Amino acid sequence: MTTQNLVLGQADPPRQARPRKKGRSTPYLLVIPACGILILALGYPLVWQFITSMQRFGLSQQFGQPPEFVWFDNYVTLFTDPYMWTVVARSLAFCLVTAAVTMAIGTLMALLMNAVHTAVRITLQISMLLAWAMPVVAAMTVWNWLIDWRRGVLNSVLTGIGLDFQNHNWLADPLSFFVVAMVIVVWMSVPFVAFSIYAGLTQVSTEVLEAAQLDGATLSQRLRFIIVPIIRPVLAIILLLQVIWDLRVFTQIRLLQDVGSIASETNLLGTYIYQLGVGSSDFAMASAVSIFVLVLTVALSWFYVRSMLKEDES
Amino acid sequence: MTSTVQTASTVSRPRPSAPPARRPGGPNGTRRIRPGRIVLGVVGIVVSLIWVFPVYWMLNSSLLPNVVLQSTTPTWLPFGGSLDNFAAVFSGGTFLPALGMSTAIAIITVVFCLLFAFLGALAISRFRFRGRKAFVLAVLLIQMLPAEGLFIAQYKLMGSLNMLNSIVGVSIIYIAAVVPFTIWMLRGFVAGVPADLEEAGMIDGLSRTQAFMRITFPLLAPGLVASGVYAFLQAWNEFTVALVLLQDNSSQTLPLWLRGFIQASASRATDWGQVMAASTMVAIPVIIFFLFVQGRMTSGLVSGAVKG
Repeated sequence: MTTQNLVLGQADPPRQARPRKKGRSTPYLLVIPACGILILALGYPLVWQFITSMQRFGLSQQFGQPPEFVWFDNYVTLFTDPYMWTVVARSLAFCLVTAAVTMAIGTLMALLMNAVHTAVRITLQISMLLAWAMPVVAAMTVWNWLIDWRRGVLNSVLTGIGLDFQNHNWLADPLSFFVVAMVIVVWMSVPFVAFSIYAGLTQVSTEVLEAAQLDGATLSQRLRFIIVPIIRPVLAIILLLQVIWDLRVFTQIRLLQDVGSIASETNLLGTYIYQLGVGSSDFAMASAVSIFVLVLTVALSWFYVRSMLKEDES
Repeated sequence: MTSTVQTASTVSRPRPSAPPARRPGGPNGTRRIRPGRIVLGVVGIVVSLIWVFPVYWMLNSSLLPNVVLQSTTPTWLPFGGSLDNFAAVFSGGTFLPALGMSTAIAIITVVFCLLFAFLGALAISRFRFRGRKAFVLAVLLIQMLPAEGLFIAQYKLMGSLNMLNSIVGVSIIYIAAVVPFTIWMLRGFVAGVPADLEEAGMIDGLSRTQAFMRITFPLLAPGLVASGVYAFLQAWNEFTVALVLLQDNSSQTLPLWLRGFIQASASRATDWGQVMAASTMVAIPVIIFFLFVQGRMTSGLVSGAVKG
């Protein structure tokens, strides 16, 4: 589809070069609604958040006093708070490990789809589509049931094969809490990775691979010199998207915390903001953390945005 | 760049098992099914069973009575299962209001999102204008903003507009969240319809608007359907913003309702049968719609890269 668009798009420039009579204001009128809603729902909050992050919200503000303007004090407080760095480190670690595991399994799944018989491939694809399509809250509910400490099927199966997991609570210990969270996130995000890489693999021409084989290239050589270079752009973008998405994981953590674990030991950046802002009404500190997360995300996504801009220019 | 190093190593990992499958068959050159391929096939089936298991377990449990689920040995197949759990959830009285709320929000989001995004996509793919680049950049960047970074401010905004707990309030945030990606998706479709077609229509005496409505618009229909379903899915599944903006128990979308349902149920011993029935009811519309757009979403998200 996209290749076709690209080809057709290239027929455009001569047409656009022609002067257009009423064309001056039309594009601006066309973007007004989109710009309007973006400014209202995102632009204004963004500015508010930035200003608020430099104010102080205390007890008197909850009784209607205007907040005091303190410039970067909140950021100083934040960056000197060891708990904040614990949360940042935890978020980064969770995000990098989860993204790496997702990429590894997703790539293996794509290679598997590429290698097996059509019927097996379709079975794989349907299973993954179902996992991908599950709404996150429904998926979390099922997983909570699978790992339920009293009657969950996981404990039952583990006990059944001779390990003692009777009444084992997987969410009590922070480390095992995050392993569970990671398994769930990986389960939900591998399908996207696998499908995308599989789409990339189908672009590798079999003729070239066979020719290389006739010339005596081993499989590892074919992977390194033919397959990987062709799918490298896909791999790079998908890895980046995984990192960005895993950094901002909120729903999964929040819903696992619901089931019973100590929030302060399992907070990631998203749930930390929620706890500060909605839980303790400290809007200023919550805003400061938010701005930090926004800056981090934009910095990370710059590569993606740049490659999309390039696409737009072509 | 570390990313390529890392991915390169993951790609090369299955080396030992992959070759038999791709290599043209034995000495006589035919593509026979080889033992390696059978092993891979078995692996594939096992992996897909593991992957689909949570979905299966949701359905299975939703059909079983709670007495059976209370047992310490799991029941693997829903023999003698019934739809009682679904009936119980339904008659609980809170499902339908939440369904109504989700449907209303999803419809408003889809309609306005498509309208705004369609106009925006038209602007960037049919016109070259000053500020176009800034607009495209904004569209791309906004997709990356995490909801978690903005919800406090959105909560204050809706509070000051008196729109907490309101369908319109949530819809406004959803439209803004979905419009950028939809513009990007529709942009490809609009660019895919050659402007020459319209010009041919104009030569035949149609006005520019008429030519657009009669020639280009019908050709965009698949794109509009795909992006409409995408917007629907986002609005239907969204949790974070809803959690912050809808704090009143009488105004909840389905994801919030499901969470509340679990919490209410957990105060006693959780009635997993009903909880799974509730999850199934939330998931089914999504699964159906998702199957329609999955291909376009993948290509939309990675289109910049897949072209290579």
